[in-house]
Amino acid sequence: MSTTLLLIQTLNGLQFGVMLFLMAAGLTLVFGIMNLVNLAHGSLYMMGAYFAAAATSWTGNPLLGIALAIPAALILGLLVELITLRTLYQRDHLDQVLCTFGLILFFNELARVLWGSAAIPMAIPESFTGFVTIIPGLIYPKWRLAIIVVGLLVALLLYVLITHTRLGMLIRAGASNRAMVGALGVNISLLFTLVFGLGAALAGLAGAMVAPLLSVEPGMGDPILILTFVVIVIGGIGSIRGAFIASLLVGLIDTVGRAFLPALLREAFQTQSANTVGAALASMLIYILMAAVLFFRPRGLFPPKGR
Amino acid sequence: MRVDLRLLLILLVVACLALLPVAALLAEEPYWMRFWSRIMILGLAAAGLNLILGFGGLVSFGHAMYVAIGAYTVGALRHHGVEGGLPDILVALGASAGVGLLIGAICLRTSGIFFIMITLAFAQMTYFFFVSLEQYGGDDGMRIASGTQLGPLHLDDTLTLYYSAFLLLCGVIFLTWRLVNARFGMVIRGARSNEQRMAALGIPVFRYRLTAYVISAMICALAGVLLANLTLYISPAYTHWTRSGELLIMVILGGLGTLFGPVIGAIVLLQLEDLLAHITQHWQLFLGPILILVVLFARGGLLGLLAPRQVSQRPAEEIDG
Amino acid sequence: MAEPLLSTRNLAKSFGGLTATDDLSLDVLPREVHAVIGPNGAGKTTLISQLSGELQPDAGSIFFDGQDITALPAWRRPHLGLTRSFQITSIFRDMSALQNVALAVQAHAGHSFRFWRPAAQDPELLEPAREALRQVGLQHRADVAAAALAHGEQRQLEIAMALATRPKLLLLDEPMAGMGPEESAKMVELLQKLKGTLAFLLVEHDMDAVFAVADRITVLVYGRAIATGRPEEIRGNENVRQAYLGEESLAV
Repeated sequence: MSTTLLLIQTLNGLQFGVMLFLMAAGLTLVFGIMNLVNLAHGSLYMMGAYFAAAATSWTGNPLLGIALAIPAALILGLLVELITLRTLYQRDHLDQVLCTFGLILFFNELARVLWGSAAIPMAIPESFTGFVTIIPGLIYPKWRLAIIVVGLLVALLLYVLITHTRLGMLIRAGASNRAMVGALGVNISLLFTLVFGLGAALAGLAGAMVAPLLSVEPGMGDPILILTFVVIVIGGIGSIRGAFIASLLVGLIDTVGRAFLPALLREAFQTQSANTVGAALASMLIYILMAAVLFFRPRGLFPPKGR
Repeated sequence: MRVDLRLLLILLVVACLALLPVAALLAEEPYWMRFWSRIMILGLAAAGLNLILGFGGLVSFGHAMYVAIGAYTVGALRHHGVEGGLPDILVALGASAGVGLLIGAICLRTSGIFFIMITLAFAQMTYFFFVSLEQYGGDDGMRIASGTQLGPLHLDDTLTLYYSAFLLLCGVIFLTWRLVNARFGMVIRGARSNEQRMAALGIPVFRYRLTAYVISAMICALAGVLLANLTLYISPAYTHWTRSGELLIMVILGGLGTLFGPVIGAIVLLQLEDLLAHITQHWQLFLGPILILVVLFARGGLLGLLAPRQVSQRPAEEIDG
Repeated sequence: MAEPLLSTRNLAKSFGGLTATDDLSLDVLPREVHAVIGPNGAGKTTLISQLSGELQPDAGSIFFDGQDITALPAWRRPHLGLTRSFQITSIFRDMSALQNVALAVQAHAGHSFRFWRPAAQDPELLEPAREALRQVGLQHRADVAAAALAHGEQRQLEIAMALATRPKLLLLDEPMAGMGPEESAKMVELLQKLKGTLAFLLVEHDMDAVFAVADRITVLVYGRAIATGRPEEIRGNENVRQAYLGEESLAV
């Protein structure tokens, strides 16, 4: 295998990783602070992609479409929180799983009703089509590079938000000791709504940005949802830092594994079935990683202190 | 036993299930039998899940995996030319017990949400494992040439399958009833209620939970064998995470930790799906909100609604319905 | 002096920078009521959790009945005769009082891999369970759901469950927590009745109760034992007065 190919796959893994991080950041906060298992997080991602596609065909400008998708996902997230999830905070995880499972069914079908079962194409913003030369001999799609940059910027912003603002202080306190934040006299339900809205907007952003790369279709949020859960469980629930590291880890391992594992096994064993075994193993890799992490560290890599 | 609405409902359901084939034959609607066989098979799997979920408080989001293992056993044995029925059942039980022991031992080290997620992860692994089995059709799955034959019984025969599922379901419910009220069950239920106290009393919870997990996996595998006989088809979709979610929903719909809850849940969920599908192509648009409403407003499940008191408040020896 | 039933040697435990147990060596004699008192944050519950095996000490050893149990898993300790009760009532809320105790009997009666006979009709479990309820005076409430018992009754149930494991030493973590004077008096009466049949390590804030039932008292301050002795010795100890009793009497 060539170094260039490895570098490109590493960049692809990075792009996938930061996209996972946009999803995981919101999910891990909602989970860490409100103790809410939100399976519908993937639906917000899907709706983000649909909003972007719809707004693009409406305005004719993909960048504007993506920009509009973010507030739309935010508003949708706030509505979902106000109407259903708010009553679930005090319930056990089982109730939350079922209720948000119901939300997934609803949103997948809603997408089908509104936009049909077929995948909707969406164009890459004009100024980001084509390739860019990163180093001589290594060219990479501009849009994917843009996603990486945006993802890292968001990570930086979240870092500043969490470590340097009052809201961030409350979020950190909430993740390690929920009761204490209430005792501080903070308006908990407002904090919850804010955090949930933030998570929804990030999920919408993730969906909107990958919409030009993937097919926008009903159910597109489900696989990504499961991966996001894998990420936050590996990272340690409630930890942004853990989510960031685990996102990149999962993104890289999954992408690089899928790209090279079949070929590696084929070279090693020289058999026909090595290819399929390799493909299967590659898709199982991150689940194996997660099981291994939980086996040795049952609360993930970076569990918030004091819980 | 107190004569209450729940008991009446359950007796009615059992009687209807026992007599349904007669009605189906008279009405010349053999489809009814297939539909209700499916309900009972999924009810059986839900009853298996209920053992650890309802009584043990362990939320497994991956139990469809064991149903798939049962189904794939039938498919694989037939594919390799093994005829006859006993191998189907023995291999399904053995494989699910082995896999359940290994996976359960890993999963039960965690608790709470981590348990939910790690069981989901293992089910996903199984999914991709089945996808990779190209000799069994890979992604598309595979037809099974013939069903399970136990002596004169051909389980792929509609009527035989129906009554096999019915009797097996009754057997498993009876087994669950003995199990949860025996010393073993007291430990499982005690651990759901207060794990720390169990250890303080001197009971090593882990080995009992693992045993319950394995038993529940084996029940699901039996359901899988029946499912393979019903569809004569296997596919990785059997272990898709939404299938595991459906099993959870059945248990909750019927009533967590009640003996007949899973069956009631299976009946209600599949009938609801069928009904909504007749009305609109977009039936999931309505099923989703209905689920949400049930979770929000009918916490004890449907059996809980009919019960004189809330399920969780009932002293344990009353678990008879 | 008789061989101690329980002893700790140089036990230490800290959480981050906070020292909860500091070089603690303590002996409990057979059939003795040994009280451990100290201001809030003195590390009393931490001590009980280490003795019962829920927390691992950072250093030092614990011996029980002549055996080093420092690393023994929590669930094995009741089988040696070392059982704890909880400060925050820890019962099986959805079971009846009798079933709560029957489960404790079951724990003591060997393994529970019995899949067929209903436990609720098993005289091997029910008879000892009724007996334990009778000991704490709850026999008339046997069939009431544990969640429906009054607070004081739940505390009694807590003790009945611990007694049902037939301990040689019972670790009592604030048995009077949250009790009114009447309920406390009942609990003191119960402890006095049980005294002499088994040993107790009693952690309690109610000083009247402690001085009424304890044979010996150890005073913990910041995880360190500053004094051990008979109640009258502790009462007269100048260190204790300064560190603890004095504070409290001033506060009152």
